[in-house]
Amino acid sequence: MSAPLLQLSEVTKSFGGIHALSAVTSGVPEGKIVGIIGPNGAGKTTLFNVITGAYRADSGTVRLNGTALNGLPPHQIAREGIARTFQNIRLFPSMTVWEHLLVAQPHRESWWRRLLPVGWGDPAAQVRAVEVMEFFGLTDLRDRPAKSLPYGMQRRVEMARALTARPKLLLLDEPVAGMNHDEAEEIRQLMLKLRATGLTILLIEHDMNFVMRLCDYLYVLDFGVLIAEGAPSEVRTNPRVLDAYLGKDE
Amino acid sequence: MSTYYASLFAEAGILLLGALSVYIILATGQLSLGNAAFMAIGAYLSSYLTVELGMPLTPALTVSAIAAGIIGVIVGFPALRLKGIYLAMATLGFGEMMRSFFINFPAMGGSGGFHGMAHISVGYIWAWAGGILVVLILVERSRVWLEMQAVHDDETAAGLVGLNTVAIKVGAFGIGAAVAAISGGLFAHHHVYIEPANFGFERSIDFVLATILGGSTLGLGSLIGAILLVFLPEFLRPIADWRLAAFGTLLILVLLVRRQGIVDRTLLRGLTFRKAAS
Repeated sequence: MSAPLLQLSEVTKSFGGIHALSAVTSGVPEGKIVGIIGPNGAGKTTLFNVITGAYRADSGTVRLNGTALNGLPPHQIAREGIARTFQNIRLFPSMTVWEHLLVAQPHRESWWRRLLPVGWGDPAAQVRAVEVMEFFGLTDLRDRPAKSLPYGMQRRVEMARALTARPKLLLLDEPVAGMNHDEAEEIRQLMLKLRATGLTILLIEHDMNFVMRLCDYLYVLDFGVLIAEGAPSEVRTNPRVLDAYLGKDE
Repeated sequence: MSTYYASLFAEAGILLLGALSVYIILATGQLSLGNAAFMAIGAYLSSYLTVELGMPLTPALTVSAIAAGIIGVIVGFPALRLKGIYLAMATLGFGEMMRSFFINFPAMGGSGGFHGMAHISVGYIWAWAGGILVVLILVERSRVWLEMQAVHDDETAAGLVGLNTVAIKVGAFGIGAAVAAISGGLFAHHHVYIEPANFGFERSIDFVLATILGGSTLGLGSLIGAILLVFLPEFLRPIADWRLAAFGTLLILVLLVRRQGIVDRTLLRGLTFRKAAS
């Protein structure tokens, strides 16, 4: 296998005396959907925060396509090609769906063109926004304030916002939390379509049914330690994973 | 137009620019209670340039705006570490610092003030105020403004979608300071006499008040706020001693009913929609 798109080596992060992540080493191969599972407090979101630069790792390296990301500010990591969504949805309350799709795109224009009204500037940005809006079925909601939409739609707006930037790697933090079975299935179909376009996805999810049916590969975290990895079918029967989730028989 | 009304219009134009200077900084989620300091810099520097160096007013204002903008950027960096009420307190401190600097600056008259500026017309003031307002209304529809809104709404998320939040916040401070300096330069050349007391805490509060009252989510709000703040107390003159109390009551009522100020995007959309329908 060629070098993975995202490579974590020995990533460690502590808060006070608590090891949120202990020497986590993992790789996300290009064009795959990789899941991170584990009980609450296992360090999954912390891992996302370290990858995206929201937290700085105490030690270890994060590489995207061989480029070290450690120490870069979040906006530069985003520009390297990593986009994410949040466990508790973080949309911009004052903005419409359409504005979310414009603002997250990296700009290719000079500063003075960016000061002109949006309609006068880069048409490529609007073409991209329309494309993503259609993909997520948000076209009819274009001018609605994003925060006024139902929960499931807000999650879609968040994913759409992340995708407009044409990331190489998409990080999804519990993309189907709070969704019913049908909604989750729709999201699963969208993710599969995205994988077919060559996008690489790393996701955290508690819905095991969703994870098992979607992911190509899984990592299992428990108390900041990677305890297992492999194809979903292997992980499902791994005794260490069962212990972590169900508690150990003493 | 009588001189009385002309001077009220001049005040409104100067206040509009001051309110816009607060609004631009507020658009990135930062509340500045010290913009009178940037106004003072503009007033003193432009007066020095026109009176002592004989520079024409328009280039003098431009130079003052650039100088204040640079100082605004310098103030913007430490401001990054502060949020909400703490930032408001720090900017208030900066305002008082500038004021006492000019009190103790004999080269520009110290507490005695500075004079010798040539008087300017209301038209000149409104050419600046109106021009800047129109440019700002266009910029409000731009990509840069969306980025500012994103930083205002959720700074962390804005950073994680690839926006340089530091550049956006510091830049807004710089531009806001430049606009306040224009306001100050026009003030100096309208009153033809300035003293440090002109640029105290009350002035900064007036700016914030005009922005909040008129509507802090649109540049147009500052226009409405500035006009109300200048004209309403005058129209309340018949009730004599009670007029400031009445004005204060009106202010509280407006803010109770419309926390976002008199105009906002929803109201504007409603108005344009009705116009299109009829």
